[in-house]
Amino acid sequence: MARGYEPRLNRVASRWALIGVPAISVMLGSMTVLIPQVSVFPLLPPFGLLILLAWRMIVRDLWPVWAALPLGFFDDIFSGQPLGSAMLLWTLVFLVLDIFDRWMMWRDFRQDWAIAGTLVAVVQLVGLAIANGSGGGTSAVVLLPQIIVSILILPLMVRLCARLDVLRWTL
Amino acid sequence: MAPPSPRRPGFSRRAQYGIFASYVIAVAGAGFALLLVLTARFDPNGHSALQSILADMTSPISSAARSALASTGDVGESIGAYFDAASKNKAMAKELAASKRKLIEADVVRQENRRLKQMLGLKTDAIQPITRAALVSSTGSSSRRYATLSAGASDGVANGQPVVGPDGLVGRVVSVGRVSARVLLIVDGGNVTPVKRTTDSAPALAIGTGDGRLILRPLTSDVQFKPGDIFVTSGSGGIYRPGISVARAIDRGREGTKARPMADPARLDYAEVEPIYQTPPPPAPSQIGEAKED
Repeated sequence: MARGYEPRLNRVASRWALIGVPAISVMLGSMTVLIPQVSVFPLLPPFGLLILLAWRMIVRDLWPVWAALPLGFFDDIFSGQPLGSAMLLWTLVFLVLDIFDRWMMWRDFRQDWAIAGTLVAVVQLVGLAIANGSGGGTSAVVLLPQIIVSILILPLMVRLCARLDVLRWTL
Repeated sequence: MAPPSPRRPGFSRRAQYGIFASYVIAVAGAGFALLLVLTARFDPNGHSALQSILADMTSPISSAARSALASTGDVGESIGAYFDAASKNKAMAKELAASKRKLIEADVVRQENRRLKQMLGLKTDAIQPITRAALVSSTGSSSRRYATLSAGASDGVANGQPVVGPDGLVGRVVSVGRVSARVLLIVDGGNVTPVKRTTDSAPALAIGTGDGRLILRPLTSDVQFKPGDIFVTSGSGGIYRPGISVARAIDRGREGTKARPMADPARLDYAEVEPIYQTPPPPAPSQIGEAKED
């Protein structure tokens, strides 16, 4: 059919796009540390985790619980944290979010933001503890700007994922 | 009505088992990840070998991006340079005149140094860098301060070698892949550099804080460091040869003197990897004994 004249009703979305778009967006988020910039200060928010949480907020049943494992592994490759740190923490985040789903059925965006923001902060602090346990010695105060930036940028990531959500159904 | 929970799929046994299995996988995987994290703590060598394989795969991406983009580090600086341009210019002109005089003095000293060394018959062997490579990326979101160097074992890079930039010490190699290596920057919270003050060789330890600065701890209690003091590697303990500039003290705090590293890795394009410095062996004990008898 000519381009632009595909049927808009009753269309079947590609299965690959439905799973692939969220997965690739999270992986690209993890790869933001590859930007050619050597920073002396941890300021870059953990985009992989933020995008993962944003997807989880928009489409609750998108990810099976184990999806955090491969995505966390991919993040560990790039992040510089000890291997397994994101695998462990992201999976725990998913399990905690499952508990919240049972606990608070109705949530508005601000509650979602508060929950996700707290989890991001906790993940970063526990990640710091893991990094310090394997030879680092950074104090938690250093992470404060990064945590604030991460929490503030979360709604933006939700917007981005909402755009991508439309995209994945129309691809 | 409450939104239907995706975790309660109704009466289908198949769906229920599927969800149960996904939880089992997740918990088992989390346990496995915990083990991996523990290896980082108790078997750092095996762990870093694993990571360097992965770093090899990703360093070409940053290298390509780096060559495609102009250095992003100095965008902010070039904008900032426009502010106070006139007063800066005046100050710089004054500085230039002062440094020109110093340069002439240094020239004279260098000449004299060479002559004296020739008289003494001292051999000065300059250290040949092993390789020169670009620092392509860093762990911007992690609390550890690693940078990725675009040279690896195939260029002769090995664990522990110091990495030196044009302005001073950058860090040391901690894990090596085939075409890439991971450099632990001196500002990392787990990195300690033995240094000395240039003016009187007062020894100190420069400990990274993880926020782009260093804390200087004097090794003798009677020394006080002032802002503006410059510190170079002392060469004690090996690894770093003596005389590489490390940091400039900026202010005195409660836990020690804060310092800024001389080499700003954010602006660094290329760095040299040097061989590990070995401290010259101490005089043989027999000689010391003889000296005491005298």
